[in-house]
Amino acid sequence: MSYGVALHVWGERACFTRPEMKVERVSYDVMTPSAARGILEAIHWKPAIRWVVDRIHVLKPVRFESIRRNEVGHRISEVSVARAMKARSTEGLALAVEDDRQQRAATVLKDVAYVIEAHFEMVPGRIGPEDSEGKHLDMFRRRATKGQCFHRPCLGVREFAADFALVEGDLPSPHPTLLEDPWRDRDLGLMLLDIDFANGRRPKFFRAHLRNGVVSVPRLDAPEVRG
Amino acid sequence: MSSINRRYDFVYLFDVADGNPNGDPDAGNLPRIDPETNQGLVTDVCLKRKIRNFVAMAKGETPGFDIYMTERAVLNRQHRRSYEALGIAPESKKLPKDRGDEITAWMCRNFYDIRTFGAVMTTDVNAGQVRGPVQIAFARSVEPVMPIEVSITRSSVTNEKDAERKDREMGRKHIVPYGLYRAHGYISGRLANDEKKGTGFSEEDLALFWQALEQMFDHDRSAARGEMAARKLIVFEHESDLGNAPASALFERVTVKRRRPNGSLQDPEGAPLNGGAREPLPPARSFSDYAVVVDRENLPRGVSLHERL
Repeated sequence: MSYGVALHVWGERACFTRPEMKVERVSYDVMTPSAARGILEAIHWKPAIRWVVDRIHVLKPVRFESIRRNEVGHRISEVSVARAMKARSTEGLALAVEDDRQQRAATVLKDVAYVIEAHFEMVPGRIGPEDSEGKHLDMFRRRATKGQCFHRPCLGVREFAADFALVEGDLPSPHPTLLEDPWRDRDLGLMLLDIDFANGRRPKFFRAHLRNGVVSVPRLDAPEVRG
Repeated sequence: MSSINRRYDFVYLFDVADGNPNGDPDAGNLPRIDPETNQGLVTDVCLKRKIRNFVAMAKGETPGFDIYMTERAVLNRQHRRSYEALGIAPESKKLPKDRGDEITAWMCRNFYDIRTFGAVMTTDVNAGQVRGPVQIAFARSVEPVMPIEVSITRSSVTNEKDAERKDREMGRKHIVPYGLYRAHGYISGRLANDEKKGTGFSEEDLALFWQALEQMFDHDRSAARGEMAARKLIVFEHESDLGNAPASALFERVTVKRRRPNGSLQDPEGAPLNGGAREPLPPARSFSDYAVVVDRENLPRGVSLHERL
């Protein structure tokens, strides 16, 4: 058994980074299923359930913008933290940004809006006595209606916050200019579907097609999924 | 200190006069501009940098308020006194599998910026990635800004060789004559207080965060910045940690209008409010050319509004 939900999400910018161009980030043309899953999980998730994205509706024309920022080049190393913990001092642990500065450009999407159609499934082995489909569906719907969230969902990266609303009844109509736009039907190429966390965090890809403004998302274990 | 147990969404308005609030490295350090609307932009990381600098300055070497992403100019960490780690002594002989969480928790306890904004630590699979409760979006100017290039001269030269040819040099500055910028921010109660994912961002940390937003520009003076000031900080406090209303609906309650010479208000796009003829306005040059209108009526249940500035 599964229950579907539709969530309208929108925002001023978005960056669904292509893994092959992640140093100077370049966004995919549309939201990836894994980003959509992240948004749903930001609103409601428990280990007992698993969100499965079915369809992503693109409501606005695809437009890009370039932003260059100063970033740092390193992550915090576990070894140096362990050393500092042992020494009981944070001395010398900080990262001086001047010494480690990288300027990176990001090619990001502008003014986006989507409808995520998804459902969740119960995860065998994780279902507690108090878990039921109805309960989780209610919780999600209640939270989405009231604008509640575990943390603010974002459109790919955290600086691009997402606004959201539960869709009840008709789906929001796409932006008028999109109706004649060639973007409504388009081969989007190979696109990240999601990361398969059960199998060594393997990225999975699928051939994304925009058909009449909608991307249909295959399941992670579908035969056409590669990776 | 206990972790915060409420959600907050905030609107932050700041302005710049004759300065460059945030240079664009792609455009020769010109002020950042949205090329389609000519509105000015200030990135999230630019604001976070100032918050970090303020906290480093305000808290000095207070244990627990270290800043991980430091700027050399702000703190000279070479002479820091070492201090006793807070609370529980670290146990270094735990199993590697448990170490990740332990390390993350220790970093959160000691570094304010990690507790607030999060950090990516290590390359380990699930060990050390923290999402901080505070999330800030790009700031955008209320009206289009008009950056100006100002040529300046210097009555000395850099080196001997130049001195033989000339006795002064020219340089350039880019300024925005005036811009009022609006940023939106979100503070997730759950990313602070959650047993597993929370960073322990506390009420004290929150108070310091508001203080930083209110005062950080007062301590970030430089030749490039001109006069920048925090103008308004409007905080929507939710009763619960998940929140009680959509942030987008709350943000719509804060609108910025232009003030006409006769005192009446007008939408920035030039459309007059309450009918009347459309009247072009002179370019804004100070905060008094704007009026911030906050709709306090019928707030959603469980949401309270605080105007901190």
